[in-house]
Amino acid sequence: MIKIVKRDQPSKAIFFFTPVLAIFLTLIAGGIIFYILGFKPFEALKFFFIVPIADKYGFSELLLKATPLCLIAIGLSFCFKSNNWNIGAEGQLTFGAIVSGGVALLFYDQEGFYILPIVILAGAIGGMIYASIPAILKTYFNTNEILVSLMLVYVSKLILDYLVVGPWSNPEGFNFPETRQFSDSARLPLLFEGLRIHAGIFLALAAVVISWFVFYKTYLGFQMKVSGFSLKTAKYAGYKGKKMIILVFLISGACAGLAGVGEITGPIGQLHREVSPDYGFTAIIVAFLGRLHPVGIIFASLVVAITYLGAETAQIFMQIPKYTGQVFQGMILFFLLASDYLLFFKFKFIGSKK
Amino acid sequence: MIVDINFVGLIIASIMASAVPLILASCGELITERSGVLNLGVEGMMIIGAISGFALMTVTGSLIIAVFGAMLAGVLISTIFAFLTQTLITNHVATGLALTIFGIGISAMIGKNFVGIPGKEFPVLFEGLKDTIPLLSPILFGHSIVFYFAFALPFITSYFLKKTKIGLIVRAVGDSPESASNQGINVRFVRYACILYGGAMCGLAGAYLSMIYTPQWIENMTGGRGWIALALVVFSTWNPIKILIGAMIFGGLTIIQFHMQAIGVRIPVQFLTALPYIVTIIVLVVISRDSRKIRLSTPSSLGKSFHKDN
Repeated sequence: MIKIVKRDQPSKAIFFFTPVLAIFLTLIAGGIIFYILGFKPFEALKFFFIVPIADKYGFSELLLKATPLCLIAIGLSFCFKSNNWNIGAEGQLTFGAIVSGGVALLFYDQEGFYILPIVILAGAIGGMIYASIPAILKTYFNTNEILVSLMLVYVSKLILDYLVVGPWSNPEGFNFPETRQFSDSARLPLLFEGLRIHAGIFLALAAVVISWFVFYKTYLGFQMKVSGFSLKTAKYAGYKGKKMIILVFLISGACAGLAGVGEITGPIGQLHREVSPDYGFTAIIVAFLGRLHPVGIIFASLVVAITYLGAETAQIFMQIPKYTGQVFQGMILFFLLASDYLLFFKFKFIGSKK
Repeated sequence: MIVDINFVGLIIASIMASAVPLILASCGELITERSGVLNLGVEGMMIIGAISGFALMTVTGSLIIAVFGAMLAGVLISTIFAFLTQTLITNHVATGLALTIFGIGISAMIGKNFVGIPGKEFPVLFEGLKDTIPLLSPILFGHSIVFYFAFALPFITSYFLKKTKIGLIVRAVGDSPESASNQGINVRFVRYACILYGGAMCGLAGAYLSMIYTPQWIENMTGGRGWIALALVVFSTWNPIKILIGAMIFGGLTIIQFHMQAIGVRIPVQFLTALPYIVTIIVLVVISRDSRKIRLSTPSSLGKSFHKDN
């Protein structure tokens, strides 16, 4: 007989083991879905998870996709750790891209070392401005941050659409919905000849290091942790709750904004309608899969980035619809949440006594 | 300028038609939330309903199978949510988000073969009475059965919650799961039932979009309506009748958009499209500002897991 028993304390080992289990279960479930769709499961999984990163180019593409995911997820971990549900990172990314793109367009016919830093800063500020809206409404008007941050995603995409079709569209662009190309000085430098991976990866790595330091070495990190466990305790301890809410939103907004800058000054090089294939939403999964831990998030962003590449490869080679990527992402989160059960409960095998 | 009175009636009818999916999804989610469960997967359940309804209609040719199939699909997908949050005690917010991401992905996957297929005509009721009463005729007659059901639903929901025993049990479970459990009520069972019911209504809302309102399958066709439906529940302060008012306001915003463009108002189309989302935010701010009132009307255990040690 098997009995389910509550653990006295959540198991630390299982805390970091369950993400691996979740990925494993997702692969099995993915194989079953491929089988139902009429594909050979192992071949499909191979095209999905191995073929895309088998060569140098593929690996560069993997890092290219993992960079924004990691950056945004690091920012989100500040919010999620302190119990703030910012799910509008996609909007903060878009708005960061709009502001930095606007600045980059000001300098479109100029060159200079000072341009790129200004553009990057503008993106971070843009993301912060946009994230401050749900933060201020939550702290001063008691408004649900989930719904507000999400509604703002739609609004930001429409603002971007308006700008690239209307006032910012390229005067020599034959009415295509896109802006001028940025000048070379506004572009993030490429790391290797012939590959698309760019210097934005250093922004992500810096975010990882800084967040690790803040989480585990500062008073702020401690306050966030306490507020995440219990808002009441935080209040008793006299923490300035409102200030902290605004601060974590600003941090995650800045990270999302930087991810936006990375996209438009990296691989894209201009503003157009789609600056992000939903990186802001996918990063929520990355943050959870990485257990809100900076190092965990690095691994998680690499794993989830494969689902983007895999979906493209599988579509080209096997005509598997590209949305499989999203299906996999949803499943990873389902399985991760489900396997959390093992954190708090354990199965006990009891010999039947009669 | 002479305004044709029947034209006004037609505009009101079109506002009501665009309010239908919001009413259905919100009323479903309202029951779920009243039992203490916050399901953020409304958008995902709606889009699953939309593709299921459209696919079943195309494959089987039967509208009845399609409508009920869409509701069943909503139930099935919400079962995942129910199992995770109630049996495995997962976080409601994260699970709901997973449901939406998964739902959008899988609907696009299934829907790949249904893009560009024309919809079928859905039968309407009381068509013969369409020209009898000025102004009122286009509002009252010539709509699908789902339309009439949607406008009855807030009243049914209100009656159910206030006057029936089961409604009382649902509210008790949402407001105080501990005491409900002590009274011998199976909290987990009640919450399962409410989640599944919410799934059925969201499935129906999606089917209305793909089979009656649009009617065809377009990827991601719910376009944020699920999230607006969630906001409407807060807007209504968990009162079904107010959902009706809220849904009409949002339906109105959607329709105004088309007409402003038609008369040639010089406002960028993107601004008009953004209007429902911006208004949602403003309305949420106004409603939530009074924190005491919100606290009084919110189901006390909303979003909190309940686990009975045995």
